[in-house]
Amino acid sequence: MNDFPLFPESASSVAPLVDGLYLFLVAVTGAVSLLIWIVIAYFAIKYRRRPDNELAQEQEPPAALEITWTIVPLIIFIGIFVAGAYVFFRMNRTPANALEVYATGRQWMWKFQHPTGQREINHLHVPVGRPVKITMASEDVIHSLWFPAFRVKADVLPNRYRTMWFEATKTGRFHIFCAEYCGTLHSGMVGWVEVMEPTEYQRWLAGGSEGSLASQGEKLFEKYACNTCHTNTAGARGPNLAGLYGKTRTLVDGRSVVADENYIRESILNPQAKIAAGFQPIMPTFQGQVNEDDLIRLLAYVRTLGAEQPVAAAVESQQSFQQSSGAPTTTAAPATAAGAVPASGTGTPGATATGAAAAPQTQPPAAPPTTATNQ
Amino acid sequence: MTSTTIDDAPFIEPSTRERRNYLNDEYGVLSWLLTKDHKRIALLYLFSVTTFFIVGGFIAFLMRLELLTPEGDMFTSDTYNKLFTLHGIVMIFFFLIPAIPAIIGNFILPIMLGAKDLAFPKLNLLSWYVYMIGGTFGVIVIITGGVDTGWTFYTPFSTQYSNTKVFATTLGAFITGFSSILTGLNFLVTIHRMRAPGLSWFRLPLFVWSIYATSVVIMLATPVLAITLVLLMVERVLQVGIFDPALGGDPVLYQHMFWFYSHPAVYIMILPGMAVISECVAAFTRKKIFGYKFVAFSSLAIAFLGFLVWAHHMFVAGMSVYSAMIFSFLTMLVAVPSAIKVFNWTATMFKASVSWQTPMLYVMGFIGLFTIGGVTGLFLGALGVDVHVHDSYFVVAHFHYIMVGGTIMAYMAGIHYWWPKITGRMYPEWWGRLSAMLVFVGFNLTFFPQFLVGYVGMPRRYHAYAPEFQVLNVLSTAGATVLAVGYLLPMIYLAWSVKFGRIAGANPWGAAGLEWATTSPPPKENFHETPVVTWDAYDYPAFLKAMKETQNV
Amino acid sequence: MSDATLSHSAEHAAEPHGHGHHHPFLQHHFEDMGQQHEASTLGMWFFVAQEILFFGGIFAAYFIYREMYPAAWAAGSKLQHWQIGAANTIVLIGSSLTMALAVWGAQQAKRMFTAWMLILTLVLGGIFVGVKGYEYAEHIHHGQFPGAMFAYTHADNPQLTRGIELFMTFYFTMTGLHALHMVIGAGLLLYFIKRTFRGDFGPEYYSPIEIMGLYWHFVDIVWIFLFPLLYLV
Repeated sequence: MNDFPLFPESASSVAPLVDGLYLFLVAVTGAVSLLIWIVIAYFAIKYRRRPDNELAQEQEPPAALEITWTIVPLIIFIGIFVAGAYVFFRMNRTPANALEVYATGRQWMWKFQHPTGQREINHLHVPVGRPVKITMASEDVIHSLWFPAFRVKADVLPNRYRTMWFEATKTGRFHIFCAEYCGTLHSGMVGWVEVMEPTEYQRWLAGGSEGSLASQGEKLFEKYACNTCHTNTAGARGPNLAGLYGKTRTLVDGRSVVADENYIRESILNPQAKIAAGFQPIMPTFQGQVNEDDLIRLLAYVRTLGAEQPVAAAVESQQSFQQSSGAPTTTAAPATAAGAVPASGTGTPGATATGAAAAPQTQPPAAPPTTATNQ
Repeated sequence: MTSTTIDDAPFIEPSTRERRNYLNDEYGVLSWLLTKDHKRIALLYLFSVTTFFIVGGFIAFLMRLELLTPEGDMFTSDTYNKLFTLHGIVMIFFFLIPAIPAIIGNFILPIMLGAKDLAFPKLNLLSWYVYMIGGTFGVIVIITGGVDTGWTFYTPFSTQYSNTKVFATTLGAFITGFSSILTGLNFLVTIHRMRAPGLSWFRLPLFVWSIYATSVVIMLATPVLAITLVLLMVERVLQVGIFDPALGGDPVLYQHMFWFYSHPAVYIMILPGMAVISECVAAFTRKKIFGYKFVAFSSLAIAFLGFLVWAHHMFVAGMSVYSAMIFSFLTMLVAVPSAIKVFNWTATMFKASVSWQTPMLYVMGFIGLFTIGGVTGLFLGALGVDVHVHDSYFVVAHFHYIMVGGTIMAYMAGIHYWWPKITGRMYPEWWGRLSAMLVFVGFNLTFFPQFLVGYVGMPRRYHAYAPEFQVLNVLSTAGATVLAVGYLLPMIYLAWSVKFGRIAGANPWGAAGLEWATTSPPPKENFHETPVVTWDAYDYPAFLKAMKETQNV
Repeated sequence: MSDATLSHSAEHAAEPHGHGHHHPFLQHHFEDMGQQHEASTLGMWFFVAQEILFFGGIFAAYFIYREMYPAAWAAGSKLQHWQIGAANTIVLIGSSLTMALAVWGAQQAKRMFTAWMLILTLVLGGIFVGVKGYEYAEHIHHGQFPGAMFAYTHADNPQLTRGIELFMTFYFTMTGLHALHMVIGAGLLLYFIKRTFRGDFGPEYYSPIEIMGLYWHFVDIVWIFLFPLLYLV
């Protein structure tokens, strides 16, 4: 009981922005509200009903006054809108060098998977001072992933991937809450995010895993017999998946789509929805056969196919990130951290940026993310 | 100009009670259950709506008790979820939406217009029965095990996952919706076609303007909720995938359709509150409302803009940045007409004759609390802050400042203000003021801490919570206790006053308005002869003159 | 009665047929028949407005899913017999015509003509609902009713099946709501046929028939939109 905060801990790069806007709003609206309260109290006392004051003295309202208190609030409100939109925009611009984490919401737990293969339930380990991008979907109802200390929140939907990101600026343990009511144990769908020093995080990453997410995905790729058609050779019955991720591809009906997380997801679950040009609609649906966890693994695998390089190399580059994670601003690290080394192999931010910007839910399409803007 | 004394104003009549009035015109249960008199129907609503208010309030109190401790040790999670769901459904569909329109509006609107009744008296009675049928479904749900979806019925939880009484509840809400539609239709036609001779649009009391705007919103928004609930019921019964992604549907579409109704529904709840406040401000300052036309048109502006902002409930639900910005911008616009109203009410008190009687205390409380509720809406409309506070207790506090601090304060003001007209007797003034103060203090103590705990990070609809939120929750529960006393007192003293209250007379407040030109309680046909309106709304000198002339005749 | 010029009600009071005597169907709270007529007509228009929003909601959802599943929607509409739908459309338009004639008859004090036109409207409406019922039975027989009974699989492309089920859900919900409106309309027609035979209506009092007509035409227009959307796409 001796510990009750009236203000949440501020532990991410956007938190000061949100807090700044919040306190600004508190100041402005507080002043206006107080003014109205004082004026009401003053009028109520000064003009209280007395024997010589049984009827009010009529006053013709000056029109200027009405216009003033229409226009002035409007300007203030638009100012608030602009400030709020600016912060929102910053929140939605995922830095290209973000670490990738996958999250799955289900009644009533949070499951997190790291590209290196670590799996956690209701716990998430992240390094301090490094953007973390979470790609997430729900297995059942709508959930909402909220990190109060980071001031970020996003609904987790059952039918598509969404992404959110944050960059922790403080080490420590912070709350994870489910903010969208999701059934009986909604209030039990909580957890902790552990923000660690990079070296400590590295040590943690080195701890046990069953191989990287992509290599787990590769096994599934064989298990579900995906590789019988997607042989990744010329003349195969299924499209070549090498280099697919993040590219724009043409469909049979002439439309073109960006092959982002949601496209790959849909192509597995509902393959007939978008048929790649030059192929027959012969792929069966995997809806109900591949669960969310496996989907994430398959997705991670397809993303590593981007470079047409063996999985081992991709994992190696992930490892190499771990070595270099103390210096998060290097350009080589971000691309490898994303687990998607572009074909060019130079680690240009633009290649990964295409994928990030293409996720339709949270990305401002007109604003290609820049590398490490928020350091 | 010169100060006028009440002696110059013989419009406060001696305290007499009309012998024949709508209350004693007929006797017997059937004369009430089959009545077509809008005043009696208003009283039928008063009893049924108050019953639901007691139920909803009791549930709220149970929730506050549970939230005294962080552990969630009083009820199971399941029970707690059902409690907050029922609290929301009962308070919104069965109390807030019908409260002011169906009770106060039903009673006073035709009298304000100088009409003998609403345009469709049978439809009016039917709407009460429809409301009761919808309410019966609500009661059945409560008795047979409840429902745990939250009042928003978000899919796919409501359609595929919840195994509580979702169907019966949505059917109840669906049916009750038609009750409001019938009431809204009746009001619109009455305002268009039943005004007394001389009562032009710009002579109408602001109450009528606001109720008109409310009725338009009811007519255009409620059917969309109805069809949304139909689709939800179809999905739930047939187990097809209209909103369930596993079966090919889109759960976010449900949210769009739901909020297309439910955001305007916020205005269905607050506009009638504003209607009452305008009347009370005029009556207890004995003054014309400052900027009549601005206040009148701001009601219509709210009704119109209210239809364009629904998606601001969904900023974190997965919409594009640009549509979020459009809805955020429109949300800022809809705040302007509300601000205009607050400024005009405040300005009306300038050089006024401000009475401190109970309704005015509620009015001042309303303006103060509605202002806080309004400005915290700006926090939620500002995208960057909304991401953090969305679905937190900050939102809970915000809408309770609007719904409880706004609508219920206005409802209390209205009930006290028109009580002498309804019953012919005065409520006890001292008790009235006491309860107004209790409500104000208890309300702030209950809900202000929730702003803080929300920003700190407490999510809404949590049965158990992190221990650091406890202190603020204890304050909130303490406030709820005071608030409960504040609401119970009027139920007791108002009931007492029906038999023992001082006889009121036709115009106990010295207010200007057609309803004060007839006797208290009014005769069955409202006026002994059709009134002719020769004065603008709240024009005290002209109203006084007209009253004097009719007395001399 | 005052003839003050500022209010609408006063304007209508000036209409010729309100003055002089009290019509037996003038309700006590109206000043005259003109005001009563205006009020009930306006009320029906408001009712129609909210009905448009009611159907508007489901039309919006229909279009969104049509965007999402164009192929399934095309396949789904092929499950309908457009010839039956077209025939039914003609039946319904015919009933609108007889309804309009009934209103005219009431205004012209042609009691028997009005009654028979109303009966004809009822019969045509009955045919429509009957045909609809036949179509429903066919769909159910072929396992095309969504939900647990759904046993239909698209022959060429089984993956369309789920989308077709969604289409059929919309088909049954939309036509079902429309048919419900028809049935309610039929009930009202029965009541007004009885009153017409009793001789309640005439040039001074025909507003119930007129607003019945408004309702019936509205229900027809809904079908005019439903038919191409569900049968033809």
